[in-house]
Amino acid sequence: MSAPILNEKNKDLKELVKREYKEGFVTDIESDTFEPGLDEDVVRRISAKKNEPEFMLEYRLKAFRRWLKMPEPGWAHIDYPKIDFQSIAYFSAPKEMPQLDSLDQVDPKLLETYAKLGIPLEEQKMMNNVAVDAVFDSVSVRTTFRETLSKAGVIFMPISEALQEHPELIKQYLGSVVPTQDNYYAALNAAVFSDGSFVYIPKGVRCPMELSTYFRINEMNTGQFERTLIIAEEGAYVSYLEGCTAPQRDENQLHAAVVELVAHKDAEIKYSTVQNWYPGDENGKGGIYNFVTKRGLCKGDNSKISWTQVETGSAITWKYPSCVLQGDNSVGEFYSVALTHNKQQADTGTKMIHMGKNTSSTIISKGISAGHGHNTYRGLVKILKGADNARNFSQCDSLLMGDQCGAHTFPYIEVQNPTANLEHEATTSKISEDQLFYLKQRGLGEEAAVSMIVNGFCKDVFRELPMEFAVEAQKLLEVSLEGAVG
Amino acid sequence: MLKVTNLHVSIDGKSILNGINLEVKPGEVHAIMGPNGSGKSTLTNVIAGRDGYEVTQGSIEYLGKDLLELAAEERACEGIFLAFQYPVEIPGVSNMAMLKAAMNSMRKYRGQEEIKAGDFLKLIRQKADLVEMKHEFLKRAVNQGFSGGEKKRNEILQMAMLEPKLALLDETDSGLDIDALKTVSHGVNALRSPERSMVLVTHYQRLLDYIVPDYVHVLANGKII
Repeated sequence: MSAPILNEKNKDLKELVKREYKEGFVTDIESDTFEPGLDEDVVRRISAKKNEPEFMLEYRLKAFRRWLKMPEPGWAHIDYPKIDFQSIAYFSAPKEMPQLDSLDQVDPKLLETYAKLGIPLEEQKMMNNVAVDAVFDSVSVRTTFRETLSKAGVIFMPISEALQEHPELIKQYLGSVVPTQDNYYAALNAAVFSDGSFVYIPKGVRCPMELSTYFRINEMNTGQFERTLIIAEEGAYVSYLEGCTAPQRDENQLHAAVVELVAHKDAEIKYSTVQNWYPGDENGKGGIYNFVTKRGLCKGDNSKISWTQVETGSAITWKYPSCVLQGDNSVGEFYSVALTHNKQQADTGTKMIHMGKNTSSTIISKGISAGHGHNTYRGLVKILKGADNARNFSQCDSLLMGDQCGAHTFPYIEVQNPTANLEHEATTSKISEDQLFYLKQRGLGEEAAVSMIVNGFCKDVFRELPMEFAVEAQKLLEVSLEGAVG
Repeated sequence: MLKVTNLHVSIDGKSILNGINLEVKPGEVHAIMGPNGSGKSTLTNVIAGRDGYEVTQGSIEYLGKDLLELAAEERACEGIFLAFQYPVEIPGVSNMAMLKAAMNSMRKYRGQEEIKAGDFLKLIRQKADLVEMKHEFLKRAVNQGFSGGEKKRNEILQMAMLEPKLALLDETDSGLDIDALKTVSHGVNALRSPERSMVLVTHYQRLLDYIVPDYVHVLANGKII
């Protein structure tokens, strides 16, 4: 579990959680985790472990060789000690844990902890090893509802299995949106990714349920490199949810994922993330380094890709879910809430690349900084020559809490077509004493008042989330901001 | 109900109130008049528990409790309501959501169950009609884009919903045209009861034509004269 709330007050919970991991995992480390270090041999071993087709190994090796030649990017507004890529283990598979039949068998105290975190029941089940779909460390544990989905013709499975069962689809699409040489972390991911989710929605199919994957880093000193690939054929629709947590560790852990989306003609993909990796403690010790490349290609005319993210976790977040609007009339959207507290740093935003005619994009970014947190919005809106009548609306709002935090905005705009229409709005505000007093005078405590103001600030983004996720996101913000005022 | 004794208050070392004495009994309506800067708003803010004021001398007793020991939200839950002179905007938070949270927070404090959604809806519509507020305002963000009159009306709506024991009305008449003043006064008068006390702060006589007080005090130079 991610544990920003496990502060001094909750030593019992802390002990409880610690104990759980001791019993659950430590003994398994030796047998299922690679030794730390990265060379061609490790890449080959990952590929062999997964019994991958030859093209996949070649893909990985090509990426690895490119990665070796690439410099680590330093342009983001984040500060962290150099990562020693040789000290990380690149493959870790948890052994079978004892299966529990229902939540009744779980320690009720643990459930209380989850309730406080606002983790929905499905996730609670998962965390206690009652089957749900999840990527645990590097291996996909389980994908549920597969039968219901396959009746609709939807493929939803771990990408490692898709490589066995649908190699032609993987071959066709993997790297087609985020090429191996795209950036340093994408290249690393391409070389060493071990699992992730694969989704394929056939022509004209509206996916009958929301698909959800749950990512979790569990082992110590392992990196997590998951790869997600979602294809929506002509006229298809899918809504995909992604949740992330990690336990509390003193060491920093690396997470470098790649997500690729392809929307064909008239297709729509809605991708929602609630990221709550362990953010480190109040002194900045520990936490996840989250370097993620997410990009969607609106390949066909009238296609639409919508990213919604709520980023409350990670010591460092480096993430720019983007849309390439290739098809005419295609639509890209980015809705983001990023919260940094204590010593957290986030450099996040989006890229909207307009190529087709009449393409339009919307960017709503809400950054919240508290404690010593630094929050940066970095976004690019690019209108290419052929993108006649392209439109973009961007709104970047920052909310500051306290006087030790920072908010930064770097909007880049490149326009090569005179018919483009762009709007950009930005605000920076503080929670005012007047607002706080007003709500207190109406009987609300300080934390309830702050949480109400913050939720109001994030409303434009939360309403884009699926209902259940929106509730979770609100609770998560409350928990993440505990102790941020006063 | 409320007993202010020899209250001295300063802001940043500058003394504003210099020995206020005021006693309000249940059901009484007191008006405090005085020129700008005489300390009227300071008095209501100190009673409501706003930060930034230093009580250097004196005491405030409310329902037998030492009011100065209570946090602002506790005072609210104990039944003190301040109708603000300048109600703030809270973007993204609907009037209804705020009022429901406020109501439930108070109910929790008093050991009562949360109000049922249906009951709440019925109640808020009824109270909105009392202050002649269109129901669509209930869904709008708190005070955002409201005119001066709408904001004041919204304050009285909140007062009607939260049913305080002691209501402090800070310059509730300021910025209102005659029609709005009548509506707001009507709302306030409807809330008068033998159990509910009110303190009106104003520097215009005209409010007192509509809300007739039991007592009128004049505040000047930090003292009631």
